[in-house]
Amino acid sequence: MILTIAKREISTLFLSPLAWIVLAVVQVLLGYMFLTQIDNFFLLQPQLLQLDNIPGVTDIVIAPLFSLAAIILLMIMPLITMRSIAEEKRNKTLTLLISSPISMTEIVLGKFLGLFFFVFILVSVLMLMPLSLFIGTAIDVGKLLSIYISMLLLLSSFAAIGLYLSSLTENQTIAAVGTFGALLMLWIIDWIGEALPGNQDVVSYLSLLQHHQTMLEGVFNTADVAYYLIFITVFLVLTIRQLDRERLL
Amino acid sequence: MPLPAVVQVENLSRFYQNHPAIKNLSFSLNAGEVLGFLGPNGAGKSTTMQILTGNLAPSEGQVTINGFDIIESPREAKRQMGYLPEHPPVYREASVDEYLKYCAQLRGINKQSMRKAIDESKQQCGLTDVGQRLIGNLSKGYQQRVGIAQTIIHNPSVIVLDEPTVGLDPIQMRDIRRLIKTLGQDHSVILSTHILSEVQATCDRVQIIQQGELIYHSSIEALNLSQVPSFTIGLNQPPTIEQLKQLDRVTRVDAIDEHHFKLFFDGESPAQAIVEQSVQQQWELFELIPDQRSLEDLFIELTQDENSDGASVDAEEAGV
Repeated sequence: MILTIAKREISTLFLSPLAWIVLAVVQVLLGYMFLTQIDNFFLLQPQLLQLDNIPGVTDIVIAPLFSLAAIILLMIMPLITMRSIAEEKRNKTLTLLISSPISMTEIVLGKFLGLFFFVFILVSVLMLMPLSLFIGTAIDVGKLLSIYISMLLLLSSFAAIGLYLSSLTENQTIAAVGTFGALLMLWIIDWIGEALPGNQDVVSYLSLLQHHQTMLEGVFNTADVAYYLIFITVFLVLTIRQLDRERLL
Repeated sequence: MPLPAVVQVENLSRFYQNHPAIKNLSFSLNAGEVLGFLGPNGAGKSTTMQILTGNLAPSEGQVTINGFDIIESPREAKRQMGYLPEHPPVYREASVDEYLKYCAQLRGINKQSMRKAIDESKQQCGLTDVGQRLIGNLSKGYQQRVGIAQTIIHNPSVIVLDEPTVGLDPIQMRDIRRLIKTLGQDHSVILSTHILSEVQATCDRVQIIQQGELIYHSSIEALNLSQVPSFTIGLNQPPTIEQLKQLDRVTRVDAIDEHHFKLFFDGESPAQAIVEQSVQQQWELFELIPDQRSLEDLFIELTQDENSDGASVDAEEAGV
């Protein structure tokens, strides 16, 4: 059942031009960024040789690339998640799911799985760029894997929060703006953390991108993974509760 | 022999904030029956349908489908049920075949019987020729049929249809009604509507709901028997009203226009006498229609009767 809904979600995404355009735009932007970083690398190379602990191509090209990717996708993911439930509500097709012998949990998990699959395609396509460097040089595979997993977890968190906001409204635009606001907040909360004396750690810990940053550096910490998994679970549970609650209103 | 009830609704109430949408509703639907759920707009029909299908939680009361409680065991209950809401829940960008396949999967139909289930429901709803077309490009009537096809794809024992003919043209309406009648042969159907002729054309039993309360329920046969003791006659050379009043058993005469009159009578029908008199006195009778109490009259009578205070009238017991 979950798979049926996930499949439907994916095919709706790819039947509209939106998903394709998002993939294309992100790819073009990051492709350009990728090339600039490689140029930078060539410029920096003579100076790097004088350092003791020489940072490799993975640190100089790939990590900043995906750091930027996270910020670009923070703005773009709301556009992908906005229609997920809001559209079904507006078109009254949610009734079809609710009157079928499936639980709310299955509906929400199906929707999320569909979004996750999109995230998977998106990140995998982006990963082709760093992989192309294998032609000319050696790459730290461990770090690359850490970056890959981090991207998947980060974007899945974006998707989970987007799904929740999409379940709150019939209006796709409101869902998108709300998601964007929430994501932005979770990003800049890091800056507020820096400004506050004392409580810095607590506030920074909430920031989505903070955890992404450590994983980009190749530090694969269970705590960071747990943070993302808890984040996703919380918003999925909230979505399920929201849909259940609507039957009572 | 009484058949077992497929749907059993007991003391159902539903409040929106403090405003009651339906109050203490109880009724049952027997196997193989088409039940008309009739009421003016805003009477609580859709709310009832939504509760029956698990789209809305009741504030009080219980709904059981084939013995499964809709709240306690929703999965089993929903498997027995097909629901067409007011707006057909179709994906405009999907083709009819894709859509029905998706619905079949949602209802847990396995791969082997999928093809057959889709073909059968398409055939029953007259969709065989439009399988490849996008639902968004179909006419409203066809979209409605797709909505109905979706309700029967898993062969449920109960079908709930919420105003299935709204917004259709008369020919589409007739087709949909015919379809509902055929569905009634294999399934139990609850049909909500505010169109009286629809109930008369398709239903075995009718229930009238107003302001959230059941105010009338009866079988259609009992309804059709309730003839009113009056005639409408048309005369080309009418006599005075006084003359008409002298006829046997006629108690009152109302003039409708120059040539038409309404005759009320007591006891046996005076049709014979009217015809004889007309011939003798050359009134040139051209029309004689025994009046029937239409559902419409009943409906207006019931829904405008402020004095009854919504007290539930059991028509069969009251001897209507």
